Amino acid sequence: MSVSQPVASDHQLARLLQIGMVLEEVVEARAHQHYRSVSADLDTEIEALLEHAAEESADHRDRLAALIDDLDAERIPFEQIAPLVADHYDRDRDTDGVLYDQLCNEETAYKFYDDLIAAIEASSATFGIDREQLVATLSAIREEEADGAEEVTRLMEARE
Amino acid sequence: MNTAEQYLKAIYLVQQVENGPAATGRLADSLDVSPASANEMIGKLEDRGLADHEKYKGVTLTDEGIERARDSLQTYCIIERFLVEVLGVEEFRTEASQLESVIDETVAERLDTIIDRESQCPDCFAPDEDVCALLDADGGAAD
Repeated sequence: MSVSQPVASDHQLARLLQIGMVLEEVVEARAHQHYRSVSADLDTEIEALLEHAAEESADHRDRLAALIDDLDAERIPFEQIAPLVADHYDRDRDTDGVLYDQLCNEETAYKFYDDLIAAIEASSATFGIDREQLVATLSAIREEEADGAEEVTRLMEARE
Repeated sequence: MNTAEQYLKAIYLVQQVENGPAATGRLADSLDVSPASANEMIGKLEDRGLADHEKYKGVTLTDEGIERARDSLQTYCIIERFLVEVLGVEEFRTEASQLESVIDETVAERLDTIIDRESQCPDCFAPDEDVCALLDADGGAAD
């Protein structure tokens, strides 16, 4: 155990990017599960939201995968994570539960990227990929997560 | 998990092993920090009502400190179990301790949705081995 500098090597950076990739895959797989479990009760707005969330997560996953490739590390395939999500998915959920879960997804992802960017910026390590490009990519993803959280909040408020 | 939370978790685990207050030197060793750094943080935890420090004896967590420490330990357990079950990391103890400062409780909760964690967590954590006693590190969850 140590209170150490968090991102001190390519290996640690790649591991954190892999975790980001898994988080995105969890979001994407859960969006599909929500769609299947409550599709009869979904209105067009929530349906569009889930579709957009899945597409956006797939896009974020691709951008993280490109960074992981540049670090010569292994990607975590969606096919590995989707069955884990399905195995643990709680089907007893209504549309409000779906929106709340989606809000948690967006906020969690935002927090993850925010902490990761701070840890990279605090690190003096030299990485095998361009630091500016790395932070720019993660910052762009973080902003999209913030927009996503705002969109879900707007939808939740409109339904109150 | 921030630095204070890492300290709370470490004090909790040292107290478990020692069955009494956590000596500052022992705590500093477990966190790989200097005794001066440990003393400084213990002072901050005392000011926040999370720990009591008695000279020559060591530090003891308050009830609120114990609650916070157990939450942090649970986050750590999730990270370890995730590394083993999902990513198949062999050096999961080392990596979990490197990652814990970047992985927030809310992020750990999401990772928790795809792992098999026992309901008694974190009581099943074995401080001496720095791992959940129920985790089969070779193949995931133990039967």
